Amino acid sequence: MANFTPVSAAIGGALIGLSAVLLMLSTGRIAGISGIFSGLLNLRGEDKGWRIAFLAGLMLAPVIAGWIGHGMATPALPANWAVIVAAGLLVGFGTRLGGGCTSGHGICGVARLSPRSVAATAIFMVVAIVTVAVTRHVLGG
Amino acid sequence: MWIIAPLLCGLVFGAGLLISGMVQPTKVLGFLDIFGAWDPSLLVVMVAALAVSVPGFMLADRSARPWFGGQYFRPGKSGIDLPLVTGAAMFGVGWGLVGLCPGPALESLATLSPGIIVFVVAMAAGMMAHDAWQQSRLTAQRSRELASAADG
Repeated sequence: MANFTPVSAAIGGALIGLSAVLLMLSTGRIAGISGIFSGLLNLRGEDKGWRIAFLAGLMLAPVIAGWIGHGMATPALPANWAVIVAAGLLVGFGTRLGGGCTSGHGICGVARLSPRSVAATAIFMVVAIVTVAVTRHVLGG
Repeated sequence: MWIIAPLLCGLVFGAGLLISGMVQPTKVLGFLDIFGAWDPSLLVVMVAALAVSVPGFMLADRSARPWFGGQYFRPGKSGIDLPLVTGAAMFGVGWGLVGLCPGPALESLATLSPGIIVFVVAMAAGMMAHDAWQQSRLTAQRSRELASAADG
C-alpha cells in the first residue's frame, strides 16, 4: 500500500460529493458525467446549457490548477491505440446501456440508496477488478 | 446567472478528481489491482463523497424545487434488469482496460493528450452507437405494432 494517499483522497472525495449535492440542489440534476456528456451528442437543441457549463467547469479545473502551480500531469495510457479505442467504445456504450458510470451510479445513485445504482456499482467494480487481474497478472501486460 | 451554478459544480468536481488523484489512470488502476500493490485511495474517495452526498441528497429530497427553478430530475431506483447488468459489465471492462471513466477522461481533455482525445472520441462513438441502436429497435417495434394493428 505504498501509494495510499488517504488525506488527499478524503478531501477530493468530499469535494466530489459536495459538487453532486450542489448540482442537485441548484439545478435539480444528477451529477452523472456519462449522462451529462451523452446529452450533448444529439442534435435536439433543448437542455444543453447546464451540461456545457458543468463540463466547461470540469475542464477548467486543471487549467486553474496550472495557473496556481499545480499543473496536471499528462495521464499515462496504454501504448496500444487499439486498447484505447476499445476501452472508449466499451465505456461509452456500457454507460449508456447501464444508465450511468462511477459518478452517476457510484456516487449519486448509491448516496440516494438506489438498488439499481448499488447493483451497477458492484458489477462494474468487480468486472474492472477482474479485467485488471487478467490483463496484469494472467496475460502479464 | 443560473448557468454559474453548474459551472461551479463542474469546477468543484474537477478539483475533487485532481486533489484525490483519480484523474490519473495509474491511481485508479492501483485501486483495481487488488492482486498487485493495492492502493485503497479510491475507496476513501467513495466513502468521503458518500459522507457528504448522503445527507446532502436527503436535504434535496425534502425541498420542493431546486434553487434556480424547474424541477428535480430523479432517476428511478428499482428494476435491476439485463441492460443495467450488461451495461455495467461493459463499462467495467473498458474502465479496467485503461483506468479511465467519463469524468477523468473529459477533464483530461485539458491536457490535449492525443490518447485522451482518441479515448473521448471513441467514448462518444460508443454512446451514439447505443442511442442509434435503441432508436432502430424502437422503430422496428413500432412498425411491428402497426403491422399487427392493421392485421387485427
